[in-house]
Amino acid sequence: MEQSKIITIKNLVKKFPVGKGFFIALNGINTGFEQGEFAGLVGPSGSGKTTLLNIIGSLDSPSEGSAEVLGYSVGSLTHKQAAMLRRQHIGFIFQTFNLLPVYTVFENIEFPLLLMNMTATERTKAVHDAIEWVGLGDKIKSRPAMLSGGECQRVAIARAMVKKPEIVLADEPTANLDAENSHHILQTMEKLNKELKTTFIFATHDEKVINYLHRKIQLFDGKIAKDELIKSI
Amino acid sequence: MIALKLAYRNLVGAGIRTWLNVFVLSIAYVLIIYFNGLMSGWNREARRDTINWEIANGQYWQKDYDPYDPFSFNDSHSAIPSVFNSKIDEGKIVPILISEATIYPEGRIQSIVLKGISTNQKILKLPTYELNVEIAEIPGIIGKRFSKNTNLKKDDLVTVRWRDANGTFDAAEIRIISVFNCNVPTVDNGQIWIPLDDLQKMKQMPDEATILVNGDELKVNSEIVGWVYKDIEFLVMDITKIIKTKRIGSSFFYIIILALAMLAIFDTQVLSIFKRQKEIGTYVAMGMTRKQVVTLFTVEGAFHAVLAAIVGAIYGIPILAYVAKIGFKIPEGSDDMGLAMADVIYPFFSLMLIVSTIILVFLITTIVSYLPARKISKMEPTDAIKGKIQ
Ligand SMILES: Nc1ncnc2c1ncn2[C@@H]1O[C@H](COP(=O)(O)OP(=O)(O)OP(=O)(O)O)[C@@H](O)[C@H]1O
Ligand SMILES: [Mg+2]
Repeated sequence: MEQSKIITIKNLVKKFPVGKGFFIALNGINTGFEQGEFAGLVGPSGSGKTTLLNIIGSLDSPSEGSAEVLGYSVGSLTHKQAAMLRRQHIGFIFQTFNLLPVYTVFENIEFPLLLMNMTATERTKAVHDAIEWVGLGDKIKSRPAMLSGGECQRVAIARAMVKKPEIVLADEPTANLDAENSHHILQTMEKLNKELKTTFIFATHDEKVINYLHRKIQLFDGKIAKDELIKSI
Repeated sequence: MIALKLAYRNLVGAGIRTWLNVFVLSIAYVLIIYFNGLMSGWNREARRDTINWEIANGQYWQKDYDPYDPFSFNDSHSAIPSVFNSKIDEGKIVPILISEATIYPEGRIQSIVLKGISTNQKILKLPTYELNVEIAEIPGIIGKRFSKNTNLKKDDLVTVRWRDANGTFDAAEIRIISVFNCNVPTVDNGQIWIPLDDLQKMKQMPDEATILVNGDELKVNSEIVGWVYKDIEFLVMDITKIIKTKRIGSSFFYIIILALAMLAIFDTQVLSIFKRQKEIGTYVAMGMTRKQVVTLFTVEGAFHAVLAAIVGAIYGIPILAYVAKIGFKIPEGSDDMGLAMADVIYPFFSLMLIVSTIILVFLITTIVSYLPARKISKMEPTDAIKGKIQ
């Protein structure tokens, strides 16, 4: 059982300096994730969802305790090692899409591959596959400004998935989308989760997202209030 | 490689502001190349004229001769060493005797320098063959500047007074045979050229000279007692120095333009880093190291210099080519700067000048782009992603 855990979090505490003291955003988190999970951190605003996601994504480091991701201890990575971990193994999806405006859809999706020193042919094939997954074959040359919010988020999903990472972290991916588009992108991610065995971890308080989750981790005041399996994998 | 591609896309994607910066910077390129080309052209012309008219391949100076001290002329003459006889006969060495003198043009008194030179010499461009005339007076030729200052013209007579080897004053009449047109002030200002034989007789210094102009490729190897060899580099040192000061003086224009361009690029960089925090955060989330992001923004800024070189080339090459062809007209009255100056200076744009200008501007632009970009590595990626850093 322990073998298939790709993320292990032990006694994790995250403090932010505020004025002369500290604000404790995460307070003693113990949990883990297995490969292929479709899990979500849910909870009210300020409960620490984004903070936990950032630590798993090695964008931030624990104040106390440990977070082990794919065998790497996030707290002890150098900036460069953390960058390498993200580059190879982790994809991010943001609430605000964060596409690069001067690039076309193709170029946006290609970007993570450019960092991985792939050949042009390999890149083109991978990008076309990813575009296929999210169903945007006809928008390949468009720029983000010409796309709808739903289409932008699908490009962002393709960008996160194109390198077939082990883990995809999605912070409020549906917050800027209407219901129809929300369902569309969730179905896309669910399909990719099934086909590629990618682990998805969401941070959300959107009911629509929660309905798709296989596992729901409820955060409250920086602590795990409840951790329940909804559907078995 | 990827930084280049990204930088280019980002920069061109930024639109009008980029092109404005690029345009100002391109002006800096063109001005730097223009002014330095002008100075190089001037230097080349001045050097060439001075060599043709005055110094040939070098000069032997009588050991006491100091061109800046006319009082030294009384003592700085010696018999021409016999080693030179054959070369002088072959016309490869031209002896010149130099003496202080006084003339009385239109009733005024003026100190001048008399220079006696072999009338048959062909090493210097001075038209000394014109001194080969049979007249009662001593024939003399003068330059256009001296002619203007003294109002002496062709066929004029002027009284000249000098001291001979024994210190005795003597006087005679010189007839101006011709006025030559030459850009080298040091063979023109305050001097009259007369035949060497005449001056040697006047001074009672048979077979003596002050300097020996070497028209031969080689200098005589052995040490010659009482004479010092001055090579071309020594003799043009003044020109080089004066032009160097002019070069520094003229750099004022393009330094201002360059500073303006750098300020604009610096400002653009600061603004773009501030406005693009989210993008920076996204790069980091996708696995770029901070160093790579700093490089990306630096390359992006430095790309201004590449685009400016292209834009500058588009309008600069035709303009500079035209200027190089028609030359730069020197305004009237800016004559006496102590070195050769033609009426028109033709700028000389060397490959070296162009390449070094491009490298210099590129380096400065890169540094100016790097300074604000360094800030990126201090950003917290989690804040940058949200774009909330103030
Ligand atoms: N850099 C920081 N400095 C200080 N406090 C911070 C910082 N980042 C987060 N916090 C605080 O930590 C707490 C948890 O923040 P976090 O962003 O993880 O909440 P969240 O659950 O994602 O909320 P939301 O649903 O609004 O996104 C909040 O109270 C927040 O103010
Ligand atoms: Mg959040």
